[in-house]
Amino acid sequence: MKMMKKTLLAASVAAFASTAAMANVTDGKVKIGVLADMGGTYADVCGPGCVTAIEMAVEDFGGTVLGAPIEVVSADDQLKPDVGSAIVRKWIEDEQVDAVGGLVSSAVTGAATKVLTDAKKIALISTSASNAFTTKACSPYNVHWTYNVVALANGTVKPMVEAGKKKWFFITADYAFGHALEGVASKVINENGGEVVGAARAPLGTTDFSSYILQAQSSGADVVALANAGNDTVNSLKAASEFGLTQMMDVAGLLVFTPNAQAMDPNVAGGMRTTTGFYWDLDDQTREWSKRFMERHGAIPAMGHAGAYSMTMHYLKAIEAAGTDESDAVMKKMKEMKPDDFFARNATLRADGRMVHDMYYVEIKKPEERRDSNDIFKVVSVIPGDQAFAPMLPECDFK
Amino acid sequence: MATFLGINLFGLFGQLLVGLINGSFYALLSLGLAIIFGLLKIINFAQGAMYMLGAFAAWLALQYIGINYWAALVVVPLAVGFVGVMMERFLIRPIANEDHLYSLLLTFGLALMIQGVFTHLYGSSGQSYAIPEELRGGTKLPFMYLPDYRAWIIVASVVVCGLTWWMIEKTKLGAYLRAGTENPQLMQAFGINVPLIVTLTFGFGVGLAGLAGVLAAPIYSVSPDMGSNLLIVVFAIVVIGGMGSIGGAILTGLGMGIIEGLTKYFYPEASNTVIFLVMVIVLLLKPAGLFGKEA
Repeated sequence: MKMMKKTLLAASVAAFASTAAMANVTDGKVKIGVLADMGGTYADVCGPGCVTAIEMAVEDFGGTVLGAPIEVVSADDQLKPDVGSAIVRKWIEDEQVDAVGGLVSSAVTGAATKVLTDAKKIALISTSASNAFTTKACSPYNVHWTYNVVALANGTVKPMVEAGKKKWFFITADYAFGHALEGVASKVINENGGEVVGAARAPLGTTDFSSYILQAQSSGADVVALANAGNDTVNSLKAASEFGLTQMMDVAGLLVFTPNAQAMDPNVAGGMRTTTGFYWDLDDQTREWSKRFMERHGAIPAMGHAGAYSMTMHYLKAIEAAGTDESDAVMKKMKEMKPDDFFARNATLRADGRMVHDMYYVEIKKPEERRDSNDIFKVVSVIPGDQAFAPMLPECDFK
Repeated sequence: MATFLGINLFGLFGQLLVGLINGSFYALLSLGLAIIFGLLKIINFAQGAMYMLGAFAAWLALQYIGINYWAALVVVPLAVGFVGVMMERFLIRPIANEDHLYSLLLTFGLALMIQGVFTHLYGSSGQSYAIPEELRGGTKLPFMYLPDYRAWIIVASVVVCGLTWWMIEKTKLGAYLRAGTENPQLMQAFGINVPLIVTLTFGFGVGLAGLAGVLAAPIYSVSPDMGSNLLIVVFAIVVIGGMGSIGGAILTGLGMGIIEGLTKYFYPEASNTVIFLVMVIVLLLKPAGLFGKEA
């Protein structure tokens, strides 16, 4: 009887404690929305895979935080900014979403972060490339995790210019992301004593790059930089090889996600160097996580998948540490705590929301170097975060 | 470098040749559409999906059954054509007497579904299909490097387009077809099985898209959205060429490729709109298209 009383008491204390904790969680639950490209060009890069990664983080965290359940909802942005911002608005107003993860196309992310900032909700940006979210469009509620255009340019362009490849020609995706990447890379080239001899702007989704390749050929450049992504990169590299460009000049893919690298003919892509925020086969830690991801997703993780997992984990830990899911308190904790897991190495989350961590300068393996179809990159060098990312702007210092 | 009136001639010739290559590709694609759209008056928005299906079938055949490129050139168009025959018989025929908008919506929905299934199964990043051994390498021309495979596309396209044109315009079979679409009742009365002719013609047109898909597989990323990117341009070409004119579609395809190539040289920003600009002008001046007959 005494025993039972004790148990009863313990139970009611526990119940009381958990309601007390839950009182700090608005609406009694933590809800994460995943906004990504579920069926378009970037679907393999951050689509259903980002949902899987974020669900994995929630499960690994234990499914509850501060006694409140964690829920994940997801939606397809169709790569359209207006669709993306409408979904985010609905999530905030009708569904009590606390943070939005995924976030691929920079155009969609730009629209979504505006809505999130107005509502003081957190943007967990995993795959967007633009550096605007921590510079000219910076916000106290933006967290940008995996990489950005500056890191790509510093990682890939700088070592090549320093190695004596001075003259550059760009084949650029003709929209915000491509222009940003070309601009940042041109700056790196000029600062290191190189020269940009020309650029061809190809519309997003171009299939035939042959005429752009001809322009590159007659430009007299040492390096042709592909400032595009996804299928555009695959198609432009195909044309470059077909028209003999790869024998005349170096080709640098500025943004090559692992699924796209897998789609390239290894005879053509082998030897090309690029910069990535993550590779699945770095060490036991990355392999362990990637193996679990592969079992659920059916393909190796792209950098944004691993980033989405890592930042969701960090977000949940911050809620626990802050004792609340209130955005300002959580952001403060996220920036105080050092991210440290299989993804984030030597990492800090700066006051501007930029997560600075080790990046990897990698080379695409030649056919004879590959064990199987998942064996794509070999690491040439590790780029310390402070060399990869630009310093924080004073106006974006959100302490 | 040779220049004339301040124009870099080598660069210009290069773009012209690339334009011709793209043009022969357009010709092949618009040919299939011209047959279906022009003769059968079916607006087949699934033509782009059929082209994608052709490229994917070539890739799947090589990957899983070991059918090489040359065999795929024969087998895949037949298989895709068969899909077309099934499509016409069981989906399009039941609504054949309705407004044209119905077949447009039906085929558009079908295209989205096929594309969605392939994205689901194989992802959006595309697959790589190597250029066949025999066609690797190229020829060094004074003004550019011409890859053998691109030269092959010109040859293949000219042969296929020529044969199709001859078959439809010059043979008895072609005459039946043209008459059958012009006046089906009369042809039925003469004992010609018009529905069968329509089904087979539809299958043939779709098979041509499949063939274009196989030809495209080695040079473009084999991805689910490869067809939807191209479809609108090809429709524009058929409209410019004139409804129902097989020769018009072929010549317009070649011509538009060259115009696009020239635009890429002189004013690259306009290269993806120039075809539509031409379409607007042609429709204003000659509503039936360049080679079409006024109704």
